[in-house]
Parts: sequence; C-alpha cells; structure tokens
Amino acid sequence: MIPRRESELSEIVVTWFGASSLELLALEPPGRGASLLYGFLNSVTVAFGAFGLGLLIGICGAYGKLYGGPVARDLWAIYTTLVRAIPDLVLVLIIFYAGTDLINQSLEAIGLGPIDIGGIPAGIGVLGVVQGAYATEVLRGAILGIPQGQIEAARAYGMPPALLLRRITIPAMLPFAIPGLANLWLIATKDTALLALIGVNELTQMARNAGSAEKSYFTFFIAAGALYLVLTLVSNVIIARIERRVRRGMPSMAGAH
Amino acid sequence: MESALTERTRFQRALGWLQPHRIVLILIALAIVIYCIVALRWDWLPNYLGLAAQGIWRTIWLLVLSCAFGLALAIPLGFVQVTGPKILSIPALAFCTIIRGTPLLLQLWLLYFGLGSLFPQFPWIRDSFLWPILRQAWPYGLLALTLSFAGYEGEVMRGAFAGVPRGQLEAGRAFGMSRFTIFRRIWLPQALHRALPTLAGETVLQLKATPLVATITMMDIYGVASRVRQETYIIYEPLLLLALVYITITGILILLLRKLEARIPVRLG
Repeated sequence: MIPRRESELSEIVVTWFGASSLELLALEPPGRGASLLYGFLNSVTVAFGAFGLGLLIGICGAYGKLYGGPVARDLWAIYTTLVRAIPDLVLVLIIFYAGTDLINQSLEAIGLGPIDIGGIPAGIGVLGVVQGAYATEVLRGAILGIPQGQIEAARAYGMPPALLLRRITIPAMLPFAIPGLANLWLIATKDTALLALIGVNELTQMARNAGSAEKSYFTFFIAAGALYLVLTLVSNVIIARIERRVRRGMPSMAGAH
Repeated sequence: MESALTERTRFQRALGWLQPHRIVLILIALAIVIYCIVALRWDWLPNYLGLAAQGIWRTIWLLVLSCAFGLALAIPLGFVQVTGPKILSIPALAFCTIIRGTPLLLQLWLLYFGLGSLFPQFPWIRDSFLWPILRQAWPYGLLALTLSFAGYEGEVMRGAFAGVPRGQLEAGRAFGMSRFTIFRRIWLPQALHRALPTLAGETVLQLKATPLVATITMMDIYGVASRVRQETYIIYEPLLLLALVYITITGILILLLRKLEARIPVRLG
C-alpha cells in the first residue's frame, strides 16, 4: 500500500517539477521557453512604455496641479482621485473599451475605416493613463520638496519655463522623486499582468496558454514568476545605482534621523 | 458662542470652496450623470440586483478576511525579520520578496490552476472531508489575497518593529518583564501604532486587488459586472456602475479607517 503511494507521488513530482519540466521550458519548438521569453519581452516593453507615458502625464499633471489655473487644478484633482479610487482592473477595462471605441469613432468621423489597435500600444496607453495619476502625485510632492528659492532665482534670471524645467526643476526634484518613481516602475512591471485579461500576449497570458496546452500549470507559472522576480531584483539594483548618482553631493540618508 | 463661531467659519469655508468655476464643473458633472441615466441602457439592472448585492457582500467579506488573516501572518513575518534567528528570518525575507516581486494575478492563477489541478491527483485528498471546499474557487482566492497582504504588510511590520526605540524595550527589561510580556505590552502595540497609517492605506489597495478573484470564477461584484457584459452585450453601463460601487466602498472604508485612527491616541514626543 505505502510503496504504491510513494511511486505515485514520485511520478507526480517528476511530471510536475522533474525532467519533463525542463523539456517543457526548452527554447526549441517542442518546448515553450521561447514563447515565455516572447511574453516577457512584451511585458517589459509595455512596462517601459507605460512608465514613460505615465511620467509625461505626471509632469503635466504636477505642473497643472501646482501652477495651473483653478479649472486645470480641479480637473487634475478629479483625474488623480478617480484613478486612485477605482481598481486597476476595472480602469484597464474601461479605458481599453472606451479608448478603442473613441479612436475608431473619430477615425470614422474623418472618413477612415476602423483600425485594430495592437495589444502592446493598447496596453501602453491603458497602463500609462493609470500610471500618470500616481506619477502626478509623486512629482507634485517632489517639486514641493525643492527649496523654492532655487526656482525663484531662476525666474529672477529671466529663464524661460522650458529651460527652467530642464535645468532646475527636474534635476532638483529627482532626489525626492526617485523613491516614489522606483515604486511606480515596480508597480508598472507587475500591472502588465492585468493586460492578460484584455488579450495582450504578455508573460502571464503566455504562461497560462502554455500551461493549459501542456496540462502543466505549475511549471509555467513558476517559470513566469521567476522571470518577474528577476526583473524586480535587477530593477532594484539599477534603482539603487540611479539613486546614488542622483543623490550625489547630498547629505547621506543615514544621518537624516 | 464658540460653536456658533466655528459654524460660521465652516459655512464661510464651504462658500470659499464653492467658487464660480466649481459651480460650472458641478453642473457639467450633473449633466453627464443625467445624460448617463437617460441615454444609456439600465433596463438590465432589476434582473441583476440580487446578484449584485451578493457580489458586494462577497467582495466585502473577502476584503475583511484576507486583511485579518494577512495581518495575523504579517506580524510574525515582520517580527522574525527584525530579531529572529537566521533560520526564520531568511525564509520570511524570501517570502516577502517573492510575493512583492511577482504579480498577484500570477500568484492567484498559480494557486488556482496549479493546486487546483494537482489536488485531484491525490485520492486521499479527493476522499477527505475537505474536498467539497477545495473544489470551489473561494479558498484559492482567499488564500492568494491573504498571502499577498501578508507579504506586503510583513515588510511594513518589519519597519515598524525596527522603528520602536530601543530604550523602550530596555526599560521593559529593566522592570523585569519577561520577553513575551515586553512583546505583548510594549513592542507590538507601538509597532502597530506606527504601522497604522500605512496599514490603512494598504487596506484600500487590498480592496482594489479583490476584483482579480473574478478571473478564477468567483462571483464578486466585478464578476457580476462581467457576467452582465457577457449576457447582455452591454459594455459601458455595468463598468460605470462598478466604478461607482468601488468609489463608494473606498469612501466608506476611508471614513471607517479615519475613525479608527482617531480613536487611537497620538502622542508626539
């Protein structure tokens, strides 16, 4: 009785984690490693794009909230509040459906046929709008952290706004913004998994497809999880470097408290 | 007299808030709401009210249970990382890193599809009394949300435990308190106190993570909305209503948490 169960168990262990797992993950066609890596690349692309778009929206938003007129301020406040109160998953669906509808309707209005927006641009747009709201708050706080005399001095020199942004505001706020932005980047890499639900071929979706085709969910989900983890850990190392570089010449954090 | 004064300043503040452009914005918002009510299709709503109520209830108990269990796990996870022996602190650190480094959706699917297809292969699990429960989706959803909350909050609690001033603990030892008494009376309460604002914020984040369980066939409020979408081919109306429901729950949650925070005395040194 007992030996039989053991052999059964070892069989199961082999099928789930053993030699066959490695075969399933091989890069050559019978294995599905290549499609997992393809999904991983898509995820990283979307995360980069969404983070960049989020930064652009965030800079506009932070400027709008700090220096904008009363209407602009209220509109930005509505945007950030709504995005932060509604679950990312619901937002992704609303922005995806509404966005593609809007684009196709406006294309129709100017006399063009509907287009099929690829999964990756759609994912970048959708996640970028979500990231933008968080980036707005991070950058707003960072700009407030700059000793305001620096900005006043630049204005007193007659610096035009774009130059002021490039030479003073962005370099001076970076030390305050980096921790928040690093956090946002990590959120962006993980939020790409949500795009599996609107059919983007990113890592989680590829792992699920492979898992259901090979009847081996554990292998593929753990492999995908390892890829996400590597991305996070590598990001952490790079972030620490960037932070050191941006904070050069400032008093060390250890002396802060 | 004093109350009349504060009443007046409050009224003035409200008037100050209600600037002309805000009145215009409110009117525009009202127009959009009225347009949504009149122009969009809401005839499906009565048919799904019962299901929606069940969905909201399921979302709420999922949130409450996963936060409670997750916090109960997070306290030891954070504690052993601060003072525990390496044999406990390294696994705790690894757990927190893995949970925080991978998407929740992936963890959820790993548990549901992975464990869900592994369990039926063991006859003794299939024959056990737990099988009727393990066959459903909610244990996996609750487990994934709990582990995720524990991972993030373990990190928060680690910082909170580490932030309690050493002198407090030394004072406790000087009084001859046992190690457990020091933990129970000094270390844990102060750490929780420090972590409370962060925990409140994380609870709201946890609410925003709950709709993921709909992807493993759990009928929370998000699941109900996607079912309406599939059955009636109406896209926007259920999603808009869903957003409204989440905004309402978030608002109520923030009010409750603020009340809880206000009840705990703050002493600034």
